[in-house]
Amino acid sequence: MGEGLASVTRPRGARRGGRSRALTVVVVVIGVLLLLPLIAVIADAQSAGWSEISFVLFRPRSATLLLNTLALPLVVTPLAAVLGTAAAWFTERTALPGRRIWTILVVLPIAMPDFIVGYAWHTIAPTADPFAAAVLVMTLSSYPLIYLPASAALRRSDPALEEAAHSLGLSSTRTFFRVVLPSIRSAILAGCLIVVLVLVSEYGAFEIVRFQTFTTEVFTEFQVDPNAAGALSIPLVLIGILVVVGESLVPVPRSSARPGMARPSLVELGARAIAVAAGFAGLVVLSVGVPVGALLYWMLSSQHTTLPAQATVLQATLTTCEYCAGGALLAVLLAIPVAVLSDRRRRGLALVVERSTYLTLALPGVVIAVSLIFLALRFAFGLYETSWLVIVGYAIITFPLALSCVKTSVRQAPAELTAMGRSLGRSGVFVFLRVTLPLLAPGLVAGFCLVFLTASTELTATLVLQPPDTVTLSTQFWAFQSETAYGAAAPYGLVIIVLSMVPGTLLAIWFDRLGHRQAKASNQ
Amino acid sequence: MTTASPAVSARRRRIRTLATVTLIAALSAALVGCSSGTAKSGQTTITLYNAQHEQTTTALIKAFTAKTGIAVKVDNDDEDVLTAKIEQEGSRSPADVIFTENSNWLQQLAGHGLLAKVAASTLAAVPPADSAQDHEWVGVSARVSAMVYNTKDLTASQLPTSVLDLADPKWRGKIEIAPSETDFWPVVSSVADTYGRARALAWLKGLKANAGANVVPDNETIVADVNKGVAQLGIINHYYWHRLVAENSASSIHSALAYFAAGNAGYIKTISGAAVLKSSTHSAAAQKFVAFLVSHDGQTAIANSESFEYPLAPGVAANSADTPLNQLSPSGFTSAEFGTGAEAKKLLQEAQLL
Repeated sequence: MGEGLASVTRPRGARRGGRSRALTVVVVVIGVLLLLPLIAVIADAQSAGWSEISFVLFRPRSATLLLNTLALPLVVTPLAAVLGTAAAWFTERTALPGRRIWTILVVLPIAMPDFIVGYAWHTIAPTADPFAAAVLVMTLSSYPLIYLPASAALRRSDPALEEAAHSLGLSSTRTFFRVVLPSIRSAILAGCLIVVLVLVSEYGAFEIVRFQTFTTEVFTEFQVDPNAAGALSIPLVLIGILVVVGESLVPVPRSSARPGMARPSLVELGARAIAVAAGFAGLVVLSVGVPVGALLYWMLSSQHTTLPAQATVLQATLTTCEYCAGGALLAVLLAIPVAVLSDRRRRGLALVVERSTYLTLALPGVVIAVSLIFLALRFAFGLYETSWLVIVGYAIITFPLALSCVKTSVRQAPAELTAMGRSLGRSGVFVFLRVTLPLLAPGLVAGFCLVFLTASTELTATLVLQPPDTVTLSTQFWAFQSETAYGAAAPYGLVIIVLSMVPGTLLAIWFDRLGHRQAKASNQ
Repeated sequence: MTTASPAVSARRRRIRTLATVTLIAALSAALVGCSSGTAKSGQTTITLYNAQHEQTTTALIKAFTAKTGIAVKVDNDDEDVLTAKIEQEGSRSPADVIFTENSNWLQQLAGHGLLAKVAASTLAAVPPADSAQDHEWVGVSARVSAMVYNTKDLTASQLPTSVLDLADPKWRGKIEIAPSETDFWPVVSSVADTYGRARALAWLKGLKANAGANVVPDNETIVADVNKGVAQLGIINHYYWHRLVAENSASSIHSALAYFAAGNAGYIKTISGAAVLKSSTHSAAAQKFVAFLVSHDGQTAIANSESFEYPLAPGVAANSADTPLNQLSPSGFTSAEFGTGAEAKKLLQEAQLL
């Protein structure tokens, strides 16, 4: 018993050394697997030779592309940050009518594939300026990435500070800028970095609204000149490294939550409530209503197409579910050891693995897909053109998302509980099943949902990796869309949205509960 | 922080564990179940890398399987993608036959020694000038480059007679191009052959300036945009406009097809062709498929489909919507002159269009 107590109080005790080392090895292997695409990019670029690289990289077109690639995040990120933060503040700190419903509705745009939002706006305004269209589409589809961390941070932060500011005579506005904003700043910044990565690697929406970035160029070059594409990915990798380094400079969001923390007293909006509610409604209409409306419009316009469908909606749905569930399962399983190790040691190896996986977020899906094909052809021909490659591709692309959810749960599950289970003489497996897993379960389910959602809206990697004879909802939508068969594309698009609404809603609820649970935990 | 309260949460936790384990098990089962597909036994199956429009191939494949009993597994993708794929796969390529929209990709594969010779009897079915000179691919259908223009914005008399005119600043903001679509490359190659490389490059730069934001990924987008009035004029292959007409009601058609002056460098006939891979493990069946493409049945299937491309075999009439090929007067530019399309690609890259 004494030994048990010791291990409770000293969780990093000597006896755990062996297990820790095994975990470290597992994490290193996972890290290497996830970074394989990056290695393949480098190998590919090297085989193309310097003259090829410099020809495609150092020419006027690259300057235009670079400008576009950088200008978009500069405009969209602040816009998304303002929208996301404002929405978070209103739902968390004001007596907005229908608060709980808005918390779900404003998150729903993450269930809207960017290429469907792009399609919707493009069919409405086909002559719109490409940059303006890209800004509109990406702001509407990426603000929830800021809303989610911002609202979670608001729930964690102690309202006593705000009330103190109020009692000292500061107005709501000033309290917001002097007290609230600083306390959630790092959460907003973390969200902004994800937005930048999403913008850098976006393909479908930009292709539709004709906005050219390095990512759209990489996809084109993969078709006409595969050698050049590897070289063109280099700027994207560099941007990814910059963002990841930037991320490591942002301090870890620190909770000001403390025992006995009161529930925040909600700011009464009075007559302004109508304006704010209208603003929320407008945001939801623009980001969710317009895409769904456009899809319904095209579906009902029953335009004839000469292009035959490769799969019925049902077949495509089943294929999509198979790939996405597989990818989500794999991503979550891979995330568990990394999350556990990174929770035990905030520095060193786990951190390196964790951060480096973020690089894959900056890489266009097509680069990862082509790398997997490159590797499969050389080392695993049995996997070539099978569903497994799609599943592995999805897991690599979405790993950082799975990790973020699993990590949140691991952080909340005190290591002491696991240690205590073991100290009571239970086996490791028993403790994992009965103690660790239930504690992690919500995070695992959330991770699964987030990956499923992201994968079901994935386009470029799927286009490259899907085995012949199979299409997913997104690739069949794309095939019709690119032939301007908008009517034929619409049902596939609608099913994608319906399909991703389920995990999207679960996720919104999880985030909502998470905040409340954290607040409650600090109250106990 | 306290731990959970005993009995209730213990039960809840057990339920949660059970639920999680069940979920994972169910998903794994679903996954394994889904991925184990069964193949019909006793039937030869060939794999077709198809870059031709599915409008053309769906009917063809159906007719072929009905006639020969040979099943065809199709991998649909863009021609450049499938070419790169075969080059990467090398001798292990699952493909038996490749069918492309433009001949340059076949020529590129031939150059890399990846294609087998097409049977002489197959080649004999179509005019020799429309197939590879070294017999490595056979021509299947022809397409003619054309202008599509918006009939509300322009009249036929306002149209340019030479493709070079499109670089004139008077077309600024009015034209739309799809340089990454290979269908545009033979036009570039023909202009370079006729007027020399330097003039071709200057012409492309003029086109780029005139197109502005209207640089799009494919010809389907060009016809749709010109029809909507997003742009006034575009260069396409003739059948894209016929498909637009087939897909829309007559009242929503606000565009028409036109050609440059007879023999102009922008007025050319291009060839879509097919080839058998050297690495094919079913080369007899693959040769049969290619032979079927140029047979009377195959060519008739093309003419009757919504492909609107011209069949090449003598004696098979084109789709009645098409202007008969013998009433058109494209220049003498041949697929041999187009070659691998490398020169066109290089020019497009230098003009920053690619």
